[in-house]
Parts: sequence; C-alpha cells; structure tokens
Amino acid sequence: MNINNIKKQFPIFNNKVHNNDLVYLDSANSSQKPQMVVDRIYDFYTKEFSNVGRSVHYLAVAATNLYENTRIMMQKYINAKDPNEIVFTKGATEAINLVANTFGQKFLREGDEILLTELEHHSNYVPWHYLRKLKGVKINFAEINNDGEITLESIEKSITPKTKMIAITHLSNVTGAILPIKEITSLAHSKNIPILIDGCQGAPHLKLDMQDIDCDFYAISCHKMYGPTGLGVLYAKKKWLDNLPPYQGGGGMIREVKKEGISFGDLPNKYEAGTMATAQVIAFGESIKFLNQIGIENIEKHESELTKYGEEVLRKNNSVKLVGNPKNKGSVLSFTLDGIHAHDIATILDEDGVAIRAGHHCCQILHDKLGLSATARASLGVYNTKDDLDKLNDSINKCKKIFDR
Amino acid sequence: MDLKELYQEIILDHGKNPRNLRKTENFNKDAKGHNPLCGDKVHIFLKIDENKNISDISFEGSGCAISMASASIMTDLMKEKKEKEVKELVDDFLQMIKASPEMKTKIISENEKTKLMSLSGVKQYPMRVKCATLAWHTLTSAMSNSEEETNTEKID
Repeated sequence: MNINNIKKQFPIFNNKVHNNDLVYLDSANSSQKPQMVVDRIYDFYTKEFSNVGRSVHYLAVAATNLYENTRIMMQKYINAKDPNEIVFTKGATEAINLVANTFGQKFLREGDEILLTELEHHSNYVPWHYLRKLKGVKINFAEINNDGEITLESIEKSITPKTKMIAITHLSNVTGAILPIKEITSLAHSKNIPILIDGCQGAPHLKLDMQDIDCDFYAISCHKMYGPTGLGVLYAKKKWLDNLPPYQGGGGMIREVKKEGISFGDLPNKYEAGTMATAQVIAFGESIKFLNQIGIENIEKHESELTKYGEEVLRKNNSVKLVGNPKNKGSVLSFTLDGIHAHDIATILDEDGVAIRAGHHCCQILHDKLGLSATARASLGVYNTKDDLDKLNDSINKCKKIFDR
Repeated sequence: MDLKELYQEIILDHGKNPRNLRKTENFNKDAKGHNPLCGDKVHIFLKIDENKNISDISFEGSGCAISMASASIMTDLMKEKKEKEVKELVDDFLQMIKASPEMKTKIISENEKTKLMSLSGVKQYPMRVKCATLAWHTLTSAMSNSEEETNTEKID
C-alpha cells in the first residue's frame, strides 16, 4: 500500500468544504474513516446483525465470533498476553473511569496519592478527581520543563511514599511530547506503584508492545485510530482484571443472580455489562487491518517526516509561535499567532477548507501553566501530505492579512 | 459566507483595542461569564448611581476578536443608560443576533445601531454566536447581581 496515495481510501476527501478541498488537520481530535471501516458497519447491519454472547441462533453465533475476533486482533496488535486483557468500553474516557473507580474502590485510602502530569487531558484528571471527595486522596502533578516535556526525573521527583497510582499520557495532545513510558513504568514498578498510560494519542501513531512497555493499564480511543466512535479499549494486566471489582452492573456480566446475592462472570464479560457497541467493535477490526496493511513503522516514518516539515514551515513564518519544543515529538503542531485569537484563526482557516482545532484542547491545567487561554492546533494523520501543511501556512498568512487591515 | 463581513474593520478595531478594558473603582455590581467550549472569559463591573443610572461600566477578560469587540462596543453603549433601558437593549441585541434583521429599539441612535449590527456577521457562523453574546448575558447577570457565573453552555 502506497502511503502517499492513502487519501483515496478515505471517502470524506471526496467532499468539498466551502468549495475547497478538505485539508483535515484535526486527527488528534478524531481521525477520518477509511472506506473499509465504513463498509464493515453497513455490511454488518445489512447482512449479519445480531446481538452477541446471548442467543444460540445462527446470526448470534456468527456475530459473537466476529466480535471476539476483534478482541484477538487487538490483543495481537498491542502484543497483550491474553485476549481477556482486552476490555471494550465506550471510549478511552470510560476506560480510565473504569480503572479510577474500581482501583480507587478497592485499594485507595484517605491520604493516598495519585500522580498525574501537567500534560494530562481532562479525561485523565477528572476521573481521579472524584476520588478526592470519595476517598480523600490527593492528586499531584509532575511538572513540565520549558520544552513542554515530562522527563523521567520530573516523575521521579514527584513520587512520594504515599503514591499509589501513576496515570500519565503517552503523547501530549498539545505539545506533542512523547513520554518515556517504558522508563517511567520501570521506575514505578521499582517502587511497587501500578501505572496507567492514557494512550489516546499514542495508539494511532506509535508501535505498541504491552510486553515491552510493561504498564499495568493502557487506555485507547478507537475513533482516533481510524475506527468508529463510541468505542474504546482498556488493556489491563490479567492480575488486575481478576482482582478489581466489576465496574458497571447489568446483563452479560453476571454468573448467577439470586434475590440474596449475585456472582459475577468471568473475563472479559465481567467488565462488559449490557449490549456493547457491537457494530463498532466488528468494524474496528477493519481499522486494525488497515493499520496492519500500511504497517505502523511506515506510519511513524510518514508522520514524523510530515511533523518535521510542518515545524520547519511554521518556524519560517515569523508570526507563528509553536507551543512546546519536545525532542521526541508526535504529529501535533500547536501554535499561537501574535494578536490573533485561536478561534479567529480556526474560523478563517475553515473558510479555506483547513480544519484545525482551537481552544484549550481539554487541557486547562497545561494552558494555565503556559499562560495561554487558547491555542490553535494542527494535528496529523496517515492521510496528510506536505501539500496540506503548505495550505495551512497559506491560510495562516491570510489570517494576518485580514487582521492587519 | 464572507469573512470580511464577520471581521469588519470596526470589530477588528474594538477587538485589538478594547474600550473600557479595566476595573471600575468602587463598582457596586459585577458578574463573571465564561464560554467553557472555547475558554472565553469576561468579568463585567458596574457602578449604578442612586438614580439607577449606569455611571460607569468596564470589563476584564480575554477571548477572540468577536467576544472582545462585543464587550467593548457594549460597554461604550451602556454608559449613562437607565436600568430598564439596559434590559431593552440587551433583549433587542440578542434578538438581532439570533433572528431579527435589524434592531428595533429607539433608545440608541442609528449610528449606534450600525455599530452593533457589525456583530451580526456571526449569524453565518453558528459556532461563533456565543462569542458575540457572552458579554451581554453576563451584563444581565451583573444587573441582577447573580452570584452564579454565566455559562454560555447553559443558555440557548
């Protein structure tokens, strides 16, 4: 598969935006979907639909097999030991809530501490915040350096004897910093602290090997991985899923239900209460196929070249200030423009068909630290080209023209 | 859609050099407003005299050109207005931004109406309407001295 020709596989690019070709630079928010993923949803609903894991009829058995097949594909994709270490959730947000809730319930006491970083998305802060009120736990934040990075030293400095959980992002959705998660995991384990990685931005762009990283939990957002919305994956080591209490109660997750009491089902059913996002899970299998067909190494190389090119182009543009300067950087280009607010930039760029995000990107802690109320962010996906980044730069220049009148 | 209509010169002027961007000394009413989706913030300060006239109005805050210009033009216009006139102006402005092609009020001059109408470009940009209305909703809160922060997500 030729990576330079990949746009053709994404039907969204057949549409015009304000009479212009779409330049989609908002993949950190959500990625576009290849035709094979869209087709899979249609085919499932038109030819194969049934609920899974319950009935014994032909369609139910076939749908259950398809659903479980995605679990195995995902296990292989991230090199988990056991398919039962893959739990489907409604999103990465739910995956993190699941861990915060069940781990907090069972293991956290008043005065215990959770270590996050200043880079965290609200979805890796707010779920832990609830434990402040419920359990009286304290939340600490490892500080970023001047380049918008989190170093191993910054984590080490912030660990105290009371730290009971470390929850950090793999790749910042604002500065693009890629954290040394393998080293941080090893540090955490040397102090007997479990670690959760928020992999929303890592999973679509970087090679994942759970045996190599060795983290306890890894949260994934499927809609950022060229997959459907309404679906996330929680990877968790089996020892945790066996020992943590269930999260939501309902059908499918139980073994026996009596008036006097209830016993719970085995993995993975224990954490998948109610009818799951069946079509999305099955279509997500196609996203994994899509990623495998291109090869994650090729994706990393393509996006890393594009990111470098984008940085170069924007650095040459004197009015642009890039946010953060991490040495190990993912495909995120956040920036500000002198005298022009990020929302005005986004509106003007949109007129040219250039889709970016403006605001605090669900990272208010980080924006407060940087002293910025909002930033503009161009984020890349497998379908982007150098031409897209040139168009971004042209539209930025148009902003200046409009504002300098 | 026309960007020049959205970013008219008067808006750029007020957006870059907002009038009344300060804190009124001895203010006796104030309210904070917030647009949680984009992070725009405004804090409005009022000094209302014994005759229920606005003797001074000012604001602090940060945001896009539209929200800053709207707060700037609004505060200019509200000086020396009576309490009940404020309500009429706010209602008329919000009506114009949401639906009506023009402003009906007789309290202000045609010239002043034209200034406010320069904000009507947001009608073409539904995501930006809240930028234009934030200061106005916050002013309403300040007049009633509401303790609760105005949140554009809670307003239709």
